[in-house]
Amino acid sequence: MRTNDVMLQTATKVVTFIILMFAVHIFFAGHYTPGGGFVGGLLTASAIVLLMLSFDIETVNKILPFNYVTMTAIGLLLAIATAAASIIFDVPFFTHAYDYFDLPLFGETSLHSAMLFDAGVYLVVVGVTMTIIQTIGEDE
Amino acid sequence: MSFVFLIFLPLLAALFIPLLFKKVGKIHTGWFVLAVPVILFIYYASLLPTTIDGGNLVSEFQWIPSLDIAFVAYIDGLSLLFTLLITGIGALVVLYSIFYLDKHREQLHNFYVYLLMFMTAMLGIVQSDHLITLYLFWELTSISSFLLIGYWYTRDRSRFGALKSMMITVFGGLMMLGGFVLLSIMGNTYSIRELIALAPEMATHDYFIWALVLVLLGAFTKSAQFPFYIWLPDAMEAPTPVSAYLHSATMVKAGLYLVARLTPVFAISGTWMWLVAGVGLFTMFWGSFFALKQKDLKGILAFSTVSQLGLIMSLLGASAAGYHIDNIAETSFMYAGFAAIFHLINHAVFKGSLFMIAGIVDHETGTRDIRKLGGLMSLMPISFTVAMIGAFSMAGLPPFGGFLSKEMFLTAMLSLTEFDLFSMDVWGILFPVVAWLGSVFTFIYSFYFVFHTFAGKHKPEQLPKPAHEAPIGMLISPVFLAILVIVIFFIPNRVGDWLVKPAVMAIQPFLYNSPSEVDVHVSAWHGFNTELFMTLGIFAVGGLMFWTLHKWQKSYDRFPDAISLNALYDNLMFLSDDGANRFSMLYMTGFIRSYLVYMFSFVIFILLGTLYLTEAFAIDFTNLAPVGFYEIVILIALVGSTMTILVSKSRLTAIIALGAVGYSVALFFVIFRAPDLALTQLVIETISVALFLLAFYHLPQISRKEERMRFRFGNAVIAVGVGITMTLIALSSHSQKAMPSISEFYKETVYTEAGGGNIVNVILVDYRGFDTLFEIAVLGIASIGIITMIKLRLSKKEGQHENK
Repeated sequence: MRTNDVMLQTATKVVTFIILMFAVHIFFAGHYTPGGGFVGGLLTASAIVLLMLSFDIETVNKILPFNYVTMTAIGLLLAIATAAASIIFDVPFFTHAYDYFDLPLFGETSLHSAMLFDAGVYLVVVGVTMTIIQTIGEDE
Repeated sequence: MSFVFLIFLPLLAALFIPLLFKKVGKIHTGWFVLAVPVILFIYYASLLPTTIDGGNLVSEFQWIPSLDIAFVAYIDGLSLLFTLLITGIGALVVLYSIFYLDKHREQLHNFYVYLLMFMTAMLGIVQSDHLITLYLFWELTSISSFLLIGYWYTRDRSRFGALKSMMITVFGGLMMLGGFVLLSIMGNTYSIRELIALAPEMATHDYFIWALVLVLLGAFTKSAQFPFYIWLPDAMEAPTPVSAYLHSATMVKAGLYLVARLTPVFAISGTWMWLVAGVGLFTMFWGSFFALKQKDLKGILAFSTVSQLGLIMSLLGASAAGYHIDNIAETSFMYAGFAAIFHLINHAVFKGSLFMIAGIVDHETGTRDIRKLGGLMSLMPISFTVAMIGAFSMAGLPPFGGFLSKEMFLTAMLSLTEFDLFSMDVWGILFPVVAWLGSVFTFIYSFYFVFHTFAGKHKPEQLPKPAHEAPIGMLISPVFLAILVIVIFFIPNRVGDWLVKPAVMAIQPFLYNSPSEVDVHVSAWHGFNTELFMTLGIFAVGGLMFWTLHKWQKSYDRFPDAISLNALYDNLMFLSDDGANRFSMLYMTGFIRSYLVYMFSFVIFILLGTLYLTEAFAIDFTNLAPVGFYEIVILIALVGSTMTILVSKSRLTAIIALGAVGYSVALFFVIFRAPDLALTQLVIETISVALFLLAFYHLPQISRKEERMRFRFGNAVIAVGVGITMTLIALSSHSQKAMPSISEFYKETVYTEAGGGNIVNVILVDYRGFDTLFEIAVLGIASIGIITMIKLRLSKKEGQHENK
């Protein structure tokens, strides 16, 4: 099923980047303002889905040659590793740590180990959503 | 040094095995593995001087302090003896396996990983002072034994044997766990040493007898006692090094270890003594009797192992008599404990060598069927010598180690006739009689094993491979063990002082203050007494019956297979399999609508029932905000689009209407100021509509008129019921608060404790991080499920094409 929709494709080329940027913003801002890994992941997935709708799956796979199953696995590993890392510091499983740092460009920034966990969630959500859509979409 | 960590050394080494196997393929992986038991053996041997004086060592590692669970390695005479057996025989078996298993054809990385895992588990069992960790290691041996029996997993018999051994030993293990829990409730401790100290008080407890029986079930299943022994013959499908190691020298002795270790706790009870001694002795007779039915070399050895384990078990039972006798050192009751440990050592040595010889015969001739073998004496002279030494020791002939312990076994059994408690004075006479009968059959099958393999007529035409002697490397281990058999005969008292007496101390700690007080002196000749005449009788009758074996061996085949214990096991397995299948088929219809009916009826039942029982229903309309204009508009849109889904004629309309429902809900979230939820809902709705559109392409055409669904009263009741239930719950939960809301806590701590600003996200990643962790795990599993469903279906289609 080839689509040939100039308007949709032209808009997609711009909108995809806006959605992706927004997804990144929402992911990082999640700890203080609405957002987080879950929504960020979903938004990213929706940007890719939009690409798939306006072009076709093969093209998108060529642009973004990710193995989404691996992505899910990496996300899960990251999440469990973050949770387990606290054992090394002799505090209970899943104890988060955070502090404030003075970073160049950003100024005073809080760095939180929850961010790593959230990154794991992000990867799993993108991975799973895209796996499902890809598998069903490619199934003829 | 905290030697508790040494238990885990094999497991640690196992991590590197696959790497070594892949990268250093030229050298047989076994050479690397060999280092592990050798190092451990040397280290543990250096602890011997401590235990010889009756001392002990403790090393601890806290695992879950909040549950009082720790790894406690406790080394005394008994555990050190087992430790040395495990590492010593382990080293010999690994050496043997290097020549037995081909490095090109076999999956050595699997084999050695399982073997090392087993080594850790076994060391853990014999050193643990903590009941729960002991149980953990106990089950780990069952699992590694399962994996090793099923090592050649392409064979049906291997898989069957692996499963059988696991079903039976894990059943016993679970029973034993129950016993351990009862013990810990009675003594309020998990430590075996503390339980032993508390033993006199526990004997009157209500749980005592239950704990006793449950623990014994664990020991009997593991040590292959009647009627649970049936897994051991089937476990012979494992590679022979495994049979030599797990199924004769170490794992099956775990049950004996447990009985020996817990004797001080339970020995006060007559039930214990009767069960352990009785079951053990009966097993000894039963195993030796049926060993002669076997045609497979390893089958004979399996039944012989069952029988010998029974012998040791009965001696351990008899040693409990010591708890009821004053001045044990002046009576013949003191022999039982000593004989048990002494025979345990002897058995490990001679049975290890016999198994290795069976493996050599199999390896060099291609068959283990004793009917095809014969006359190998001149072709395999070294193997024959080793087999003869091992078998004669097993038969109880001098000058081999087995003779000494067999004599002591008879002494101990005779002493039971003098015991006057627990109605032993009436039935005690049975013990020496059955023991004698069992010994006769032991004598016969030992000869049967050696002479039907190595003597008689050579039948080269029946052998798959031309027979020849094994390579020298394969012979090192069995020859070493055979030499040990003879050495033990000549220095029994050295063995006794170093290994046996410290272990006897652990079995009968109340009776002796130091190992040197165990006043047993082993000698090959102790005059003309009853034991000697019994032994001579065994030789005479056994020799005569072996001579005429060909005449009466056929009568074994008259035992019907249908009423055997194996048939019972098969039927039980079949019944549980079949029964479970039938039961599942009752409700697993394969239609989603049936499953939804179960789920929703249950939801209604549980929730309405709880509401009714707890009288939780309440309606309170005070405190409500006025309903605004936007809310009414969204509500109308929501209800309208829901109805549209139900009545729409085309699927596309339905999908779009479904999207509208989702977006309306998202708008509600906006109005009620839940931006996180609104955002998530919006994106999810977008993606699921896209997904629906994707799937839409694959869905079959619908034509509403043809598939007009009938009105079903039951479904209507459930639908209405779910609606009513949810409404009632929503109203009630809004109208009352059983406990104060948790949101205040979140508000106060979100910045100070969790260092965040957005409560919703902090809940996700921090407060309730576990939930999220499991949820993403579930997501991952779901995606794998979808992949397999779709990909498997594709390959099935292709497969069907191929068949056409």
